[in-house]
This record gives sequence, C-alpha cells and structure tokens, in this order.
Amino acid sequence: MSALADLRALGRHAGSWGARQLKSRVPAPDMDERDPDYIRDQLPGLWLLASVYFRAQVHHLERIPATGPVLLVGNHSGGNMTPDTLVFTLAFSAYFGVERRFHQLAHNLVLLAPGLGVLRKFGTIAASPANAHEVLSSGAVLLVYPGGDYEVHRPTSERFKVDFDGRKGFLQLALEENVPLVPVVSVGGQETALFLSRGEGLARFLRLDRLARLKVLPVSLALPWGINVGDFLGHLPLPAKITIDVLDAIDLRAEYGEHPDLDEAYEDVVGLMQTALDELAAERRLPVIG
Amino acid sequence: MRVAQKLVIEVPRATIWEVISDGKRYQDFMADAELWDVVGDQASGIGARWAVRLRVGSAPVGGLVEVTEFDAPGNLAFNAITGVAMRGRWRLRERRPGLTEVEFRLSYQSPGGLLGLIADQVSGPLVGRILKRSLRNLRDLLEGPGVRA
Repeated sequence: MSALADLRALGRHAGSWGARQLKSRVPAPDMDERDPDYIRDQLPGLWLLASVYFRAQVHHLERIPATGPVLLVGNHSGGNMTPDTLVFTLAFSAYFGVERRFHQLAHNLVLLAPGLGVLRKFGTIAASPANAHEVLSSGAVLLVYPGGDYEVHRPTSERFKVDFDGRKGFLQLALEENVPLVPVVSVGGQETALFLSRGEGLARFLRLDRLARLKVLPVSLALPWGINVGDFLGHLPLPAKITIDVLDAIDLRAEYGEHPDLDEAYEDVVGLMQTALDELAAERRLPVIG
Repeated sequence: MRVAQKLVIEVPRATIWEVISDGKRYQDFMADAELWDVVGDQASGIGARWAVRLRVGSAPVGGLVEVTEFDAPGNLAFNAITGVAMRGRWRLRERRPGLTEVEFRLSYQSPGGLLGLIADQVSGPLVGRILKRSLRNLRDLLEGPGVRA
C-alpha cells in the first residue's frame, strides 16, 4: 500500500513539475509581436489555400463594427489544424486591412508547437482571461473560441453542433470590457478528417488535464497518419468546403440589462449560433464537397 | 496583373460618365462588391475617396482608393491608398452618337513574392469575370426603359 501511495505521490509531483515546465515555456503575451507587414506578405498564400483548396466563403463581415474593440466569438472545428481560423483571419485582414489590430487566443500548446511561433506575428497570444482583457482594453479586435480543445476535437458526427461545454467566460469578458460581442459561425472544418472521439477518459488517465491543460486526447482517422491519436503533429486536412457567417453584433447590456443573467445570455448566444449553423448545414449537400 | 474588359453600350457617353464618376452609384452595378462607399463628403472628382471591397475567391479584396484622374467624359482612374496595391481605369469612347465603348481595367499586384505571383495568375480570370458582369450590369442599368424614356 505504501509503495502504491509513494508511486501516486511521485506521479503527482511529476505532473505538477511538467505543468510548471510547460507553463514557463509559453511565450509571454506581447501584442507588439503582431506584424502587419508579415501578415500582408502571407495573404496571397492564405488566399490560395482558402480559395482553391477549401473553396471558402465568408459572409457578412460588414456586421463587425468598423472601429473600436470587438469580441468575436466562434465555434471551433478541424482538430489542431483549425482551417476556420485560417480562413477567417484572411477574410478579416483583407476586409478591414492588416492595419486594424486583430488578435486571436490560442491554447498554450499551439504556441509551443514547433513551427507555429509565426502565429504570434499574426497576433495570436496564449488564452487566458488576463490576456483577453489586455487585448480588448487596448482597443483591438479579439477572436475567441470558448469551446477550445473540447469543441475542436468533437466527433465528426457532431460537426453541426455548437458545443462550448458550458463555458461562459466570454460573456463576462464582453461585459467587463463593455464591448460588442459578434458571433462567428463556421461549418466544414470538422470534415477535414474523420474525428472519432475526444478521448476524454484517456486524457484523464494520462493526467493531461493537470500536465498540459488538455481535457481531451482525440482519436481520428486523418492523413497521412491513418489512426491519429492526439493530433499533436497535426494532419493533412481534407479539402472540405469551409463556410463562415458573421452574425449581428450583440450589446449584452442593451439586450439583457445592467446585470445580465449569464445563463440566459449563454443559452441565447449559443442558440443563435446553433440556428445559424443549422442553416449553413442545410446548404451542404455532401460531406467535404459541401 | 492587368485585367480589362470592354463592352459597347447604346447610350451617350455623358450618361455613362454620370454613373461611373459617382462613388455612390457603384453598388448599383458593380458585381461582387461587398462594399463600395464614399469616404468623406466628396463622391466624385479628383481626390474623391472610395472604400472598396470586391469578393475575389474567398476574400473581400480592396482597400481605400482615391480618384487620381478625372477627365470628363472619357477617362477616370483611381489608385489604392490602403490594402492591395491596385489601380483602376475607365475609358469611355464614343463610336457614334449614342453608342459608347466602355473599357474597365483593374491592375493589381499581390505581396508575398512567388505566392503573390501565383495568386495574381489564379485570381486574374476571377477578376475578369467580375469586370465583365459589372459592365453587363451597367449596360442593363443604362439601357433599361427608365433611362431610355
């Protein structure tokens, strides 16, 4: 019994040591790392990828307020490759110009992954409430995916479902910063591979939630790996047609009063996004082809 | 990359000029224009600024353009101040009284080196179709019964 307890304690110690090591390697958020010239140079490549490979369409960008801070709230799809983010970043930068400051929150592991450091030049910073407040209070536009890793790795069978896992932090953020909230709904990303399971049990068993803030260890069938566990190295996404629709801006205080009921607002916002996603899904005739 | 389209329209040159010289009128005929708004108080003439976004492939491409040449009723040109490096030009030529040849050109250059060159080649036909449809829309707008009456 004593040996087993020692082993567990050792495991806990190793887990917390690993978490500390990981956290210490996450780059400090620096909004000045965003580089408009770099983004401008990348737009043609992104345009080719979005237009030719994903045949992407982005509708109603004009619904995003033309000036001032805005909180964009999206549903997230596509595993670790997230083609919806790529397409939306292209569309936003082309529509408003690279000069308009636009940041995205991403999981720590995304910013640590080899080769993905360039995301910081696009304005991507580590997801945390403090960073989100800092971006909005500076007057920039912020894109968040409340569903995060939980939603992005949902099974393909749930590809037409908005699933934020009950996370309401984005509402609190919009209220505290007093900024308009604009829902951004996308479809197609979850058809870029065959996502089989989030692997939540596996993640708990391996203590990834404590080690790396990972609540999932997804299992998918994806190119070029075949069976793909974790999606840590990414995958070659299938050329699924991506469609994104921007919904009308929501002023939470105007809509729900000075002290909104967050549960009610959450149900309404997610409900609006689900309705929009249902409409986008109804326009699709075939998986991947769109 | 330079893309141009021509069309003969059976209306006097001055009538066409009235439309294409006014930034407020572009939404009436410009195909795939997500945005074509006048910025500031001046809608036409040298120095007029228009916010332009054309849907080319997946992205709304454009920026703020400024009218740099305004030679009524035959030549109008604009240059992009922000966004994609772009120039636009209208040439209206009277073939006979009441019959005008309209040419609409867009020249642009994507950043990004080799990928920019490829993007220009791929987008060329798309932009060409936008210009062609815009000219047809302009013809339908101006040759309609309301204008003829």
